[in-house]
Amino acid sequence: MPEQFLFAMEVILNGLMAGVLYALVALGFVLIFKASGIFNYAQGVMALFAALTLVGIMDGQIPFSHIINAIFGTELHHFGWHVPALLAIILTAGVMVVFAWLVQRYIFRHLVNQEPIILFMATIGLAYFLEGVGDLMWGSDIKKLDVGLPQGINDWIDVTTFEAFGYGFFIDNLDISATIVAVFLVAALIMFSQYTKQGRALRAVADDHQAALSVGISLNFIWVLVWSIAGFVALVAGIMWGAKSGVQFSLSLIALKALPVLMLGGFTSIPGAIVGGLIIGVGEKLFEFLIGPMVGGATENWFAYVLALLFLVFRPQGLFGEKIIERV
Amino acid sequence: MLDGSKTETLLEVNNIEVIYNHVILVLKGVSLKVAKGGITALLGGNGAGKSTTLKAVSNLLHSERGEVTKGSIIYRGDHIAGLDPADMVKRGVIQVMEGRHCFEHLTVEENLMTGAYTRSDGRGAVAADLEKVYAYFPRLRERRTSQAGYTSGGEQQMVAIGRAMMAKPETILLDEPSMGLAPQLVEEIFGIVKSLNEQEGVSFLLAEQNTNVALRFAHYGYILESGRVVMDGPAAELRENPDVKEFYLGMSDEGRKSFRDVRSYRRRKRWLS
Ligand SMILES: Nc1ncnc2c1ncn2[C@@H]1O[C@H](COP(=O)(O)OP(=O)(O)O)[C@@H](O)[C@H]1O
Ligand SMILES: [Mg+2]
Repeated sequence: MPEQFLFAMEVILNGLMAGVLYALVALGFVLIFKASGIFNYAQGVMALFAALTLVGIMDGQIPFSHIINAIFGTELHHFGWHVPALLAIILTAGVMVVFAWLVQRYIFRHLVNQEPIILFMATIGLAYFLEGVGDLMWGSDIKKLDVGLPQGINDWIDVTTFEAFGYGFFIDNLDISATIVAVFLVAALIMFSQYTKQGRALRAVADDHQAALSVGISLNFIWVLVWSIAGFVALVAGIMWGAKSGVQFSLSLIALKALPVLMLGGFTSIPGAIVGGLIIGVGEKLFEFLIGPMVGGATENWFAYVLALLFLVFRPQGLFGEKIIERV
Repeated sequence: MLDGSKTETLLEVNNIEVIYNHVILVLKGVSLKVAKGGITALLGGNGAGKSTTLKAVSNLLHSERGEVTKGSIIYRGDHIAGLDPADMVKRGVIQVMEGRHCFEHLTVEENLMTGAYTRSDGRGAVAADLEKVYAYFPRLRERRTSQAGYTSGGEQQMVAIGRAMMAKPETILLDEPSMGLAPQLVEEIFGIVKSLNEQEGVSFLLAEQNTNVALRFAHYGYILESGRVVMDGPAAELRENPDVKEFYLGMSDEGRKSFRDVRSYRRRKRWLS
């Protein structure tokens, strides 16, 4: 097999893995947007905040210790215990549920019936607020996150592909586990929304708020539920990203990569978010590999946005944007 | 047939005033009663305040920035102001909104199942009621896996009523079921409403512009004009009332009048308030 083709194969595989993360973040956006019409600018910061909280809990950090020390002249930093990863993840998920409830109770409940742009502005405010709270609670230094996922190059794939093609593929174990986790998460979400009573109610609210109210569905409850799920999805994305490149502010910027994904996939489509994420992941790696050398590289910075721009011009509803049913 | 004097009153609306957006006064003192086991019609032209009255009862008004500012609404002896729609559904009062409002991307069956959202009497009971709804609306069984958005207007009206039935209601507030439907379908839908009323004992408060059909199926009627009740009586009497005949049934000596003619002429008449 030609060398070049094998390289490209490896690039595509790595792109798919990167795309999984984009898809996860985009999924968080789609969930909230579908159910409440809110474009949640804070989705990326939620991933950062969740990852910070997870590290903080695992390391037994005392939240707000900087402020406490500044006020009381104490020297507190750690409780002195370590929480196992799984328990810490469950606790963090709980924190994200509380966060969802607070957001609904103190922000969006007061903004019912407001213009989408106002809701969007509110989420911008929320993003910066949450970023600040995250800093205050857990400190702003870069943190290592290790929840025990396997790291490093997968030897088995390396050896097997080497024996088969004479060229060993380098695939990171972390990417493989991220992909597996993401697949399970998406499957669970689909099962939830298709086959449970609350999932059905969630889709009903997404379709028609008024009608949902009329059958006795509580919009407040559904919105807390949706923000909780989006918070959990953010946590998973935060774990993956944090394990790869440390928990730091740049994590919240992955949200920006989710925007082109949404333009490709459509803002209301869950399959769209997934396929869009994969296309962008593969596309930017492949583009960099094939075209990058000719234009001086660094195409990964802009490829996704240019692709999204093309979509905006030629297919604004995205690949899977929901068809608006017009039949009376 | 229902006899007004002996039947129990389920719902009592006493002289309510409704304001939208803090400024727009829409209902100016509406009173009505809904008898248990009856079909009560709320008639009147477009903009008279029928939908607003129903939403005041179901408490869907809040979400449209509407508010009951005067009067009281009593269901089974309890004041229901301040309850939310879910509480009303649990108390047995559910609204079928004007324009059907199906969940477009849900299947017909999923739409029906959302009606059972507030119930806690177990899967078995819900499944039995689903069968019952299919028995009343055989067409929905055929289309159970279709997305509701792709079904016809008549089928969507059936979905909307069937969905309300899934809540095991005592009273259905049914808003303009005839809207946009061919006469034959209107007959079919009203026929089903009648059998739900007679066989399942569901009481209806029915808002309609189609006075003719509504008065044939209802037991009692109220006529609403610009946010006020201008006339009420047993349906049979309203049907024979010369004013109703002229203004709402469009039967005068000169033949059928267009609705607009009737209305502008009507303003000069006296039984206004
Ligand atoms: N959400 C709303 N905000 C402001 N005005 C409204 C609203 N809904 C209805 N109205 C007004 O209230 C009046 C009565 O409307 P409605 O109750 O829908 O009448 P009907 O159902 O008899 O056609 C109309 O003049 C309408 O314009
Ligand atoms: Mg109306």
